[in-house]
Amino acid sequence: MIKYLFLLLFCILMHPVFCNDDLFEAIIKIGPKGSGNENLVKQWSSVEKMSSADIPSFFYVMNQANDLGDNWIRAAIFEILEKSGSDSLPKEEIIKFIKDYNNEGSSRRSAFDFLSSAVPQIAESLIPTFIDDPEPSLRREGVQLLLNQAGDLENEQQAIEAFEYALGKARDVDQIEYTCTELKGLGKPIDLAQKMGFLTEWKVIGPFDNTSRNGFSIPYSPENILDSINKKHEGKNGPVAWQNFSTSDRLGLLDLNQHFGHIKEVLCYAYAEFDSMQDQMVQFRIGSKNAWKLWVNDELIFARDEYHRGATRVDQFILDGNLRKGKNRILVKVCQNEQTESWTKQWEFCFRITDFSGTNLQSLN
Amino acid sequence: MKKNFLLITSLAWTTYFLNADWRGFRGTQNNGLSKGEISATLSQTSEDSWKVPLPGRGLSSPIVVGDLVFVTASSGSQQSRLHVLAYETVNGNKVWERIFRATGRTICHNKTCVAASTMVSDGNVVVAQFSSNDIFCLDLKGNLIWLRGLTFDYPNIANGLGMSSSPVIAQGVLVSQVENDADSFTFGLNLKNGTTLWKKDRPRGANWTSPVVLKNKSFDWVGLQSKEGISFLKPVNGEFMWQYKDGASTIPSSAISFENKTLLVPSNGLTALRTPEYGQNPEQLWRNNKLAPGTGSPAISGNQVFVINRANVLTSASIKTGEINWRLRIKGPISGSPIVTANLLFIFNEEGLCQIIDIKEESEAKVLKEIDLKDTILCTPAADKGSIFIRSDKTLWKLSKKNNL
Repeated sequence: MIKYLFLLLFCILMHPVFCNDDLFEAIIKIGPKGSGNENLVKQWSSVEKMSSADIPSFFYVMNQANDLGDNWIRAAIFEILEKSGSDSLPKEEIIKFIKDYNNEGSSRRSAFDFLSSAVPQIAESLIPTFIDDPEPSLRREGVQLLLNQAGDLENEQQAIEAFEYALGKARDVDQIEYTCTELKGLGKPIDLAQKMGFLTEWKVIGPFDNTSRNGFSIPYSPENILDSINKKHEGKNGPVAWQNFSTSDRLGLLDLNQHFGHIKEVLCYAYAEFDSMQDQMVQFRIGSKNAWKLWVNDELIFARDEYHRGATRVDQFILDGNLRKGKNRILVKVCQNEQTESWTKQWEFCFRITDFSGTNLQSLN
Repeated sequence: MKKNFLLITSLAWTTYFLNADWRGFRGTQNNGLSKGEISATLSQTSEDSWKVPLPGRGLSSPIVVGDLVFVTASSGSQQSRLHVLAYETVNGNKVWERIFRATGRTICHNKTCVAASTMVSDGNVVVAQFSSNDIFCLDLKGNLIWLRGLTFDYPNIANGLGMSSSPVIAQGVLVSQVENDADSFTFGLNLKNGTTLWKKDRPRGANWTSPVVLKNKSFDWVGLQSKEGISFLKPVNGEFMWQYKDGASTIPSSAISFENKTLLVPSNGLTALRTPEYGQNPEQLWRNNKLAPGTGSPAISGNQVFVINRANVLTSASIKTGEINWRLRIKGPISGSPIVTANLLFIFNEEGLCQIIDIKEESEAKVLKEIDLKDTILCTPAADKGSIFIRSDKTLWKLSKKNNL
């Protein structure tokens, strides 16, 4: 009898833990296209029974969850804090979590956001430590602090040194551009394209036909890049061959109209090689207001069939992928459509490769 | 039997009037009509008026459910922080705020932003959709019911200029139009758990219009507008019931008359269709190419439809015939849609000027009053219990009538 009572007591005490496990598992299993939603909605009522002591566990679960799971967890923490009060946030554990680079950047960022809401002074005291943070959004906070401090300096030489220091830490485009503008104003112009690591030397071939935007899905012969580079190909108006094309644009923009002239309903291919010092996961960052496809080592990374919806922007599309040690083949297909309005003239793209903190990678060659 | 039917109908309408709220883009009926009257003496300084600061950016309209007004916002350097906020209608006190992270693309044209779509409610839950195509369903206390990330699911659902279609709820289904040049879909999501009930391939092309709900005696149909026209489907299974294929605008949305008999489509100017019975096709009642709306959508009051064209001319026309009643040049530029009562029309221009216009006479109209909020206003106002709710990026206002009037 005592044994059963003990078992019953154990079950009662441990019930919340098991509830949490079921909930955490459901969060981790949330997938695309609504997969896992039904189960998680069923499990969600256990959030009501949780307290602020459970919040650190949520952040550790966030390390294993995808972006959708992260948002479920944010909702759970909001609900818990609303019930328990923002003062109940376990600050020491949260700070420890933020400082630990083994945790996922997005999880650390979320922990920092909740800390900022609860105790802004403590959160602000962490910002100076973010200037080398692998999480870009935290690093941005640290860099902004450096920029603010640099902007306050009246001594010109000190300001130059402070901005140069900030530039070394900055990874976001707007912060880099701002810093370069400030340094230029202080008589220290910076090669922005080189600083950001744009690929500026390409081989291009074209034009190929893109009437009625159909060329986007037509695999013209240059798409077989291994067999293509030394051959002539049949273009829209006759045989075409690969030619060198480079840019000196401050943001690495390759203006294809410069090479091919202002022509419509056409497409071209651009090819570059990138020599990587190791096998590594990277981010391919492409900007274009035209329809485009990107292949790396013959693998299609992404394709975007949209024309002239806004301007070309640096880092417009950030795509995860891999580089092999040694030579990597990068092929971009860039399409121009039939529109004739003044804002549809551009036929262009820019491209760079970074690590996951936004630090640009330079080809060894 | 007939008596019972009349009683039920009467009760249904009474319930509707009592629970008017303002539950979606251009109101619960998606046609800009406020059931209750709003005084022309609205003022920023009246005792019941208030304003509160908002975070980040936003041009979604507020909605009102019971005693709460809800609105969305987006903040951060990439606008990736997605806010859903609830305030008490009576005093503007913030009741709760939820902040999520965008899982889809957040790049937009500078004029718009990630918080562009207006929330929707069935009275029990609220649903917020963002330009990143993240969707959050919460109860009225702010507790999450479910969420989805449609661009997380389909990475090519995005528009480089930003997306702004506002979802609707019909028969327990959230209908979300996410249509653009690349992947172009409309989804029917189960309001209980967010799972996909159906997904429709849609015409490829940027589309900022919002669905409308056609309520009939025994069923609700949801109308999806695109460059090809407008198609009505059953929300429970996505089955198309009828289609109008003579083209339509991709910015201003359609409106349905109060009696649900006439559909006004921004097509070849403005085209009026008689809404068909089950199994029938729509009949074109009239078409007037001088009634093309600009950015804002048509509004309906009584026998009048109101459109504002690109030259900031407000036009009233007969819903029955399409004949123009009057024209009035108002102060623009204007991005939002007008809202109306039986007697008044309210429109905010981009410079924050609210123009209150007397529309009770079908033969003429006049501007009765202007209220200058001195801020950029791009959204459509919400109306509830005689007050108007309007937002800029940074402020949410409640405008109520002057006291003792």
